Amino acid sequence: MAIVETKNLIFEYIRRDEEGNVEGITRAVDDVNLTINQGDFIAILGHNGSGKSTLAKHINAIHYPTEGTVWVDGKDTSEDANLWDIRQEAGMVFQNPDNQIIGQVVEEDVGFGPENLGIPTEEIWQRVEESLKAVGMYEFRKYSPNKLSGGQKQRVSIAGVIAMHPKCIVLDEPTAMLDPNGRKEVIRAVRALNDVEEITIILITHYMEEIIYANKVFVMDKGKIAMEGTPKEIFSQVDKLKSLRLDVPQVTLLAHELRKSGLSIPAGILTYKELVASLTAIRRRKGH
Amino acid sequence: MSIILDHVNHIYEAGTAMEFAALKDINLVIPDGQFIGLIGHTGSGKSTLVQHLNGLLAPTSGNIYYNGADIHDSDYNKKELRSKVGLVFQYPEHQLFEIDVFSDVCFGPKNLGLDKKEVELRAYAALKQVGLEDEYFYQSPFDLSGGQKRRVAIAGVLAMQPEVLILDEPTAGLDPKGRDEILDQIANLRKETGMTVILVSHSMEDVAKYVDRIIVMNKGQVMLDNEPREVFRHYKELEEVGLAAPQVTYIMQELKRNGFPVDTDIITIEEAKKAILDALKI
Repeated sequence: MAIVETKNLIFEYIRRDEEGNVEGITRAVDDVNLTINQGDFIAILGHNGSGKSTLAKHINAIHYPTEGTVWVDGKDTSEDANLWDIRQEAGMVFQNPDNQIIGQVVEEDVGFGPENLGIPTEEIWQRVEESLKAVGMYEFRKYSPNKLSGGQKQRVSIAGVIAMHPKCIVLDEPTAMLDPNGRKEVIRAVRALNDVEEITIILITHYMEEIIYANKVFVMDKGKIAMEGTPKEIFSQVDKLKSLRLDVPQVTLLAHELRKSGLSIPAGILTYKELVASLTAIRRRKGH
Repeated sequence: MSIILDHVNHIYEAGTAMEFAALKDINLVIPDGQFIGLIGHTGSGKSTLVQHLNGLLAPTSGNIYYNGADIHDSDYNKKELRSKVGLVFQYPEHQLFEIDVFSDVCFGPKNLGLDKKEVELRAYAALKQVGLEDEYFYQSPFDLSGGQKRRVAIAGVLAMQPEVLILDEPTAGLDPKGRDEILDQIANLRKETGMTVILVSHSMEDVAKYVDRIIVMNKGQVMLDNEPREVFRHYKELEEVGLAAPQVTYIMQELKRNGFPVDTDIITIEEAKKAILDALKI
């Protein structure tokens, strides 16, 4: 079943100068059609300014389509009556952990969302406990958020979203400001939510290593979907990705270079184990 | 001429319950013209360290010498130091504020008390150094893309004509192409001007390609300090402190374990490609 669906989605905004005169119109999302199914792990790639964040903000009704339609769990996002349901079903996590945490204590922060849904106190505490456990932050429940690392803060932000019992979480570059450890923690938590809780994940990122876990990847360029496929299919097209200002993991790039030099290595290698296995096979064929 | 750190310690909120030793007995010599990568996970002390280099923070104990003079002597000219040691903070585009790009870049040199013509010449040269086209000069800095804004912010520091340029995570939040562009430009700039560049980063891949020396910080101490391939030999220790060697290093290690006659101290894709092709020729 489709949890998110867009049909001919177009989003335009009007640029104005300092006096408020219209300078021009920018089309940030241009005729996007996509379907995301319940339980999917989706990655969206694209260079800065490609329209990926604008697209993402349509999923929990921060932006409304200029033309076309977005449905979240079958509900049209441009209808005001659906707003609260959509915001509860599609949670959003942003780049900067410091802009999203408001509570003085971790557990209070996580309880903020369900409290606003008018959920009974007893159940709020249950949800807080579950959510913090889901991201591995339960032992920090009594901490002040400003004592946490970036990765821990992002996991608290994610717990705050989970406590709303969403069907889908949109993460807009959640690891951009984190160090390698923090990145790992967050991605691990996100993968667990997808595997165990079967929450649909939509991950926007610049880090190519993070998308190898996705079951589907969309690459955006100039507001349109430029590429679509599994990570393997996407990473088989190294030159095309580069022309879209993107990159591939070092392993994929090395495999691509070796292929170009005439070695028979399959396209779209994602991990160094695959590359080593393939090279070992070649070497064995040569009699070693 | 160089920067020397001699037994530098820095303790935040000393004497309180929140006391925290961010730097512990740091001894470093940074000679002129080196390209240095300063690596460490969040909280390792690297940002505290760089803020000592231009005197924004004073050591709790120990001394810092710039070109032979102690920067915390009472008669030392700190203002001049800050024009010589330029620090570009993380997300520097948040510090842009002027009505157009050109005025923003002029702000630093103007405060040095230079005459208008010199200020404008410097601003122009700095914007050219970061590769910004003339057409953007009179736009509001807020209308530029993320990568362009960051360039303007870096130009603002370059216009001070520093001898040492320190960049704290200059590529955070940029797309891969934008990241390569900024790093290539920094590398070129350094080649042209011969200035010392210190790049603070989380990304080993970025750093491996460019720098001559890597300083790894952990828990307020210098854990490793050597040329990149020597540092990456210690990939296991790097992992223990939440860092990693570039992916190619792991590939070469794994190949070696599988009987390939390859060197393991390889840090770039080009080197790896050559080594693998050689090993398969036999």
